[in-house]
Amino acid sequence: MIMGASALAGCVQIETPDKPIEINLNINIRQEVVYRLDGDAKKLIEQNSEIF
Amino acid sequence: MGNKKMTKTMWKPTGLALAAIAVTAAVALAVPSAMAQRDPAYAAARAAGQIGEQPDGYLGFATTPTPAIRALVQDLNIKRKAAYTASAQSTGSTVEQFAFTSGCNLIAQTKAGEKYQTPSGAWKTRDGSPPERDARCP
Repeated sequence: MIMGASALAGCVQIETPDKPIEINLNINIRQEVVYRLDGDAKKLIEQNSEIF
Repeated sequence: MGNKKMTKTMWKPTGLALAAIAVTAAVALAVPSAMAQRDPAYAAARAAGQIGEQPDGYLGFATTPTPAIRALVQDLNIKRKAAYTASAQSTGSTVEQFAFTSGCNLIAQTKAGEKYQTPSGAWKTRDGSPPERDARCP
């Protein structure tokens, strides 16, 4: 046990983050895509106004 | 009597076809106007500022919801997601991209007194000035 502990002391330790790693989906939404979809989004809202 | 009527109908296929078209047209006209109506409970919760539009294209709770309002919003958000999914497929985009673009529009369309969520996550009441939206919104 003691031998093992001293051997480990020489190792580089990497701590894992206590929070889950989040991948932000927002990086996948680029402005040019939003502009391209704008007309279709307007149409969808207009044609399904009961859910919007 | 039944035979006579049937024969008459058989001899006038164009009349029958026209009737079918008329019925279809009537349904097509009637359905959108009926669908265009918001559920009264939804309209009331919106107007009261209990629920509002989020930047991601879905409805959210500006205040702690009652179980009824929670259920109402969940139902609408499921329907929205289905609509976004269909549009995303037809436009070659992701559901998130299409929902976000819709969110830009839905926030822009909020009426004075209604709630919307800013990019920072705060709930604001829409007034006469333009709403605070994501920089990527058109």
